[in-house]
Amino acid sequence: MSADVPIALLPVLGAALVPLVRGRLRVVLLLALPAATFVWLLLLPEGEFGQFELLGQTLTLMRVDRLSLLFGYVFVLALFLTAIYALHVEDTTQHVAALVYGGAALGAVFAGDLLTLFVWWELTAVSSVLLIWARRTERAYGAGMRYVVIQLGSGMLLLAGAALHVTAGGSLAFGHIGLESAGGALMLAAIGIKCAFPLLHNWLQDAYPEATETGTVVLSAFTTKLGIYALARGFPGTEMLIWIGAAMTAFPIFYAVIENDLRRVLAYSVNNQLGFMVVGIGLGTEMAVNGAVAHAFADILFKMLLFMSMGAVLLRTGTVNGTDLGGLYKSMPWTTGFCIVGAASISAFPLFSGFVTKSMVMSAAASEGYVFTWLVLLFASAGVFHHAGIKIPYFAFFAHDSGIRCREAPPHMLIAMALTAALCVGIGSFPAALYALLPYPVTYVPYTASHVLDQLQLLVFSALAFSVLMRTGIYPPEMRSVNLDFDWIYRGLGCDLVRTMAGIVSAWLVAGGEMARLFAGRSLTALRRHHGPESALARTWPTGSMALWVMILLLAYLLFYYL
Amino acid sequence: MQNDKRFWLDDPRNVTKLFRGLWAIGAGLVLAELFVHRHEELAFAGWFAFYAVFGFVACVALVLAAKEILRRLVKRPEDYYER
Repeated sequence: MSADVPIALLPVLGAALVPLVRGRLRVVLLLALPAATFVWLLLLPEGEFGQFELLGQTLTLMRVDRLSLLFGYVFVLALFLTAIYALHVEDTTQHVAALVYGGAALGAVFAGDLLTLFVWWELTAVSSVLLIWARRTERAYGAGMRYVVIQLGSGMLLLAGAALHVTAGGSLAFGHIGLESAGGALMLAAIGIKCAFPLLHNWLQDAYPEATETGTVVLSAFTTKLGIYALARGFPGTEMLIWIGAAMTAFPIFYAVIENDLRRVLAYSVNNQLGFMVVGIGLGTEMAVNGAVAHAFADILFKMLLFMSMGAVLLRTGTVNGTDLGGLYKSMPWTTGFCIVGAASISAFPLFSGFVTKSMVMSAAASEGYVFTWLVLLFASAGVFHHAGIKIPYFAFFAHDSGIRCREAPPHMLIAMALTAALCVGIGSFPAALYALLPYPVTYVPYTASHVLDQLQLLVFSALAFSVLMRTGIYPPEMRSVNLDFDWIYRGLGCDLVRTMAGIVSAWLVAGGEMARLFAGRSLTALRRHHGPESALARTWPTGSMALWVMILLLAYLLFYYL
Repeated sequence: MQNDKRFWLDDPRNVTKLFRGLWAIGAGLVLAELFVHRHEELAFAGWFAFYAVFGFVACVALVLAAKEILRRLVKRPEDYYER
């Protein structure tokens, strides 16, 4: 297979075939497309391909190196697993959207220049919003609209940044960018939106929980990790990212503790995990960048697994609110088990994937002397176990028995969850395979007695804290509520401002119209009085009266003459 | 379906057993420090039971801050944005 053709074209163009087939044939097609893409991926030689000149700049459609291959593998894997998970979905739009979206993310990962990156970047935005709108509720429509506006805005920033970068003498090639130029800053903002930097993050918590049960799983895999890839490519070693990342790990966990919608809790934990990757990229050492991208790889899988388990709950019970669930382990034992594997992986239990990836970032932070950052990351590690590791399985499957008795998730969902869970345990138990794919050689050894003991102490005592708070009744009960976040600025304050302004302007318009009407009415009446058909000036006068008046005037003239 | 079936976890005594078991594991892990040679990049992380105390205190602080401060500030009715 020629490496000059973008690999992304296979899933993107293949998606066009999906509406044409039904039944078994569609199942085969949906699974064959990611599988064929994976085979293509394995055959790719390293190097730069598909190059041509445009306006004096070189475009590179395919840049194959260790970093792009790593993300390529996990994206195709995600596409395959989500395809299995979503096999029951009748809605053709969702299948097409998922394939185009995953394909576009793949295209962006292999893009060797900023223009090609921009094209794929925007396609991920346009295709992914369909997965939100496919829920077909009023809320989903609104959330999707906000999502797509922000995502397309990110693309615009990227394009503007690239243009500035090139006019300032930079190259269009997508390599290390850095913050030296204004263009670099704009591109960092564009990538920051995708990575959900603090204050740019709300689209994630807003939109992901409103998508369909399968759509959220697909969404969780691509957009934010594409952001992490772009950050690792363009901005490694940018110190600002260490602080941004540390803030990202810490603040979402407070929200996650009080959030009721369990898929929104997971959306906050996406943010928290991205923070670890952003810190790693900010540190910029070989071990830190290795850790960041390895954690992205592991995170895609365990986050999908967690969203899959919640999707199965949503499918069977119609809700994922902590207030309405509980005791589901009785009806959905397999889903419960897979959810716990995902929870153990995100919490970085030894033998699960998070343990061998997240610790590389933490160890790099410690060895670079970022003590405060390391403490924040440790706090976030305890916090993520608390809200994603315990809260998610506990409130959905255990807690008080809600009385809901439903069927276990359908077989294809269980298969998708089982495969994903196997990968999570596989990476955690045999990290060498993943380490061999990382961009730099790995010397880090995750399994030392000291590291295992430290991590187990941290996790067991976090669990004890949860149990103590639960048994003493101090733990805050789940409540039906909306928790205001930074998006209040545009959803609350912004909306109010626009409404108030619109009210004022329309009042002005109404008053102006009223005045115009009055003024016009009066002038018309005056005109009518003087010039209308009945008015004095329009009257026909007899000739005699004119002669009479002339005579009177002449007599008056004579009279004045003699006086 | 299986409404009347009793599960092991339905009995509060078993939950208490689990709770006590967790404390026992925690105690075991702290005691294990005496036998494991620890190498920490940061000196204070080598203090006795550092991770255990940190994990417990961090989680209690997290929950209390979220409950007493954040929830008071940001909690609104469920239809807040739809009104």
